[in-house]
Amino acid sequence: MSVVVYTESEEGKFKKIAQEAVSYAKGIADKMGTPVTAVTINGGDTSELGKYGADKVLNVSNDKLDKFNAEAYADAVAQAAKKEGAKVVVVSSSANSKYMAPLLAVNLDAGYVPNVTELPESTEPFKVKHSVFTNKAFSITEFKTDVKIVGLAKNAYGVKENEAAGTAEDFAPELSSEDFSVDVVSVDKATDKVTIADAEIVVSGGRGLKGPENWEMIEEMADILGAATACSKPVSDMGWRPHSEHVGQTGKPVAANLYIAIGISGAIQHLAGINASKTKVVINNDPEAPFFKNADYGIVGDAFEIVPKLNEKLKEFKAQNG
Amino acid sequence: MKILVCISHVPDTTSKINFTDNDTKFDTNGVQFVINPNDEFGLTRAMWFKEKQGATVHVVNVGGAETEPTLRKALAIGADEAIRVDAEATDGFSVAKQLANVVKEGGYDLVLGGRESIDYNGGMVPGMIAQLTGANFVNTCISLEIEGDTATAIREIDGGKETVKAKLPLVVGGQKGIVEESDLRIPNMRGIMQARKKPLTVKDAVDANAETQTAQFEKPAPKGDIKLVETVDELVDLLHNEAKVI
Repeated sequence: MSVVVYTESEEGKFKKIAQEAVSYAKGIADKMGTPVTAVTINGGDTSELGKYGADKVLNVSNDKLDKFNAEAYADAVAQAAKKEGAKVVVVSSSANSKYMAPLLAVNLDAGYVPNVTELPESTEPFKVKHSVFTNKAFSITEFKTDVKIVGLAKNAYGVKENEAAGTAEDFAPELSSEDFSVDVVSVDKATDKVTIADAEIVVSGGRGLKGPENWEMIEEMADILGAATACSKPVSDMGWRPHSEHVGQTGKPVAANLYIAIGISGAIQHLAGINASKTKVVINNDPEAPFFKNADYGIVGDAFEIVPKLNEKLKEFKAQNG
Repeated sequence: MKILVCISHVPDTTSKINFTDNDTKFDTNGVQFVINPNDEFGLTRAMWFKEKQGATVHVVNVGGAETEPTLRKALAIGADEAIRVDAEATDGFSVAKQLANVVKEGGYDLVLGGRESIDYNGGMVPGMIAQLTGANFVNTCISLEIEGDTATAIREIDGGKETVKAKLPLVVGGQKGIVEESDLRIPNMRGIMQARKKPLTVKDAVDANAETQTAQFEKPAPKGDIKLVETVDELVDLLHNEAKVI
């Protein structure tokens, strides 16, 4: 019996969400008095996971799993969970984990609750708090199943160091051709840009920027801060920016440490999508813009005057503070 | 090709979110219900398959009689038939079991759902249907073409996209991109009149226990007042020393 946690990696390095998931799994395991087993698929240096509380790491190495494949990954994680007799399986909230988790739930006949923000308030019965109504409320939900899958919300629990053995063990799940019936033909991923999913800081522009030619200053700010760029729905609908940058209810969710909204009025659909961010800054020339009611800091004024000044100041700040 | 579009009946985005019965139930008082936006993108793509490739389109919902206007709206948009599974939609897994039963009985080639519903944000129903029925599954789908018995789909991933191929039967979790916002259809008078005559079948629920259950709802702590500043120097100072985010 242990808490099993699926850890995601990219190009041989564990992602921050993997460190967060292991930290969280350790928190649950301590409440239940059980060890933590991490499962990694073609992952990085497994000893790293010990630092966040993994007692054991089941290491799957298989060329066929080089590209993420939801069904095959779900099968592999399910077999690992069964081998460990896991009652709790922790996954993250990445696009891939959210793709895999429902399949895993069926494989394990387990209940699944995503977007969980805190450690379970009790483990018998097993109750977790998770965001619902697109961050407008929380639900405390009780699992009725023997095996439970907990999907941890991004940037909610944080990375916590908690040294454990992290003993690596090879694990070779049995996979069938049916696991690969969805064939991944090609993956198109910009490797030089910070993604909205992974970013700690997101700089976002709206219609107030008047046209796509004015995005240079947004990109400059993102460069200075090591941030991802994003945009509001009208901006992507008008084709000023790619759809992949659209954040909001029907776009990408944002749960960053810092979200900077420039020239975005703050429609309810937009706010719903970015509300899980910790600190929100708004720059807008309309003091009546709804975003001012939902942000932590704001400047009322013309973005075309403020943003260049802010970029200069941020550069100066970065030069001094690294 | 037989298509089933799963429709979640959800509160409109602008609805006030309140709870009743000691915060154990969602307060539907004064709430306007709509087709879940992510499902509507899938429904609109289904209309394209109907018009260009001669597909038949059914829509389905799990819920009580109060959800029927939402199904009628889907019929007015152009679906051929509607099915309502008469069960309370309590948790994702039990809803998926009800829908998997409809999929098996109806022999659908393609099942379109949304990436997630905007009420419970579970994002699990399409994947579970696929796994329960043995169909292939593509999530966060932003483009879908079908040629014979093979689908080519583009899926949004963190930081990019991915092209996949899969044989039918296929279940898809769709989102904006599978059609554009501007492709969405508003039912016209003719559609609304026709929808009244189209079949809406009520199906008995199969046995499926809830796997998870809401014990209590909570609302987030009210947001503190915004700090308005005049200069970028002040802003950078606050972000560094107070919020500690840079």
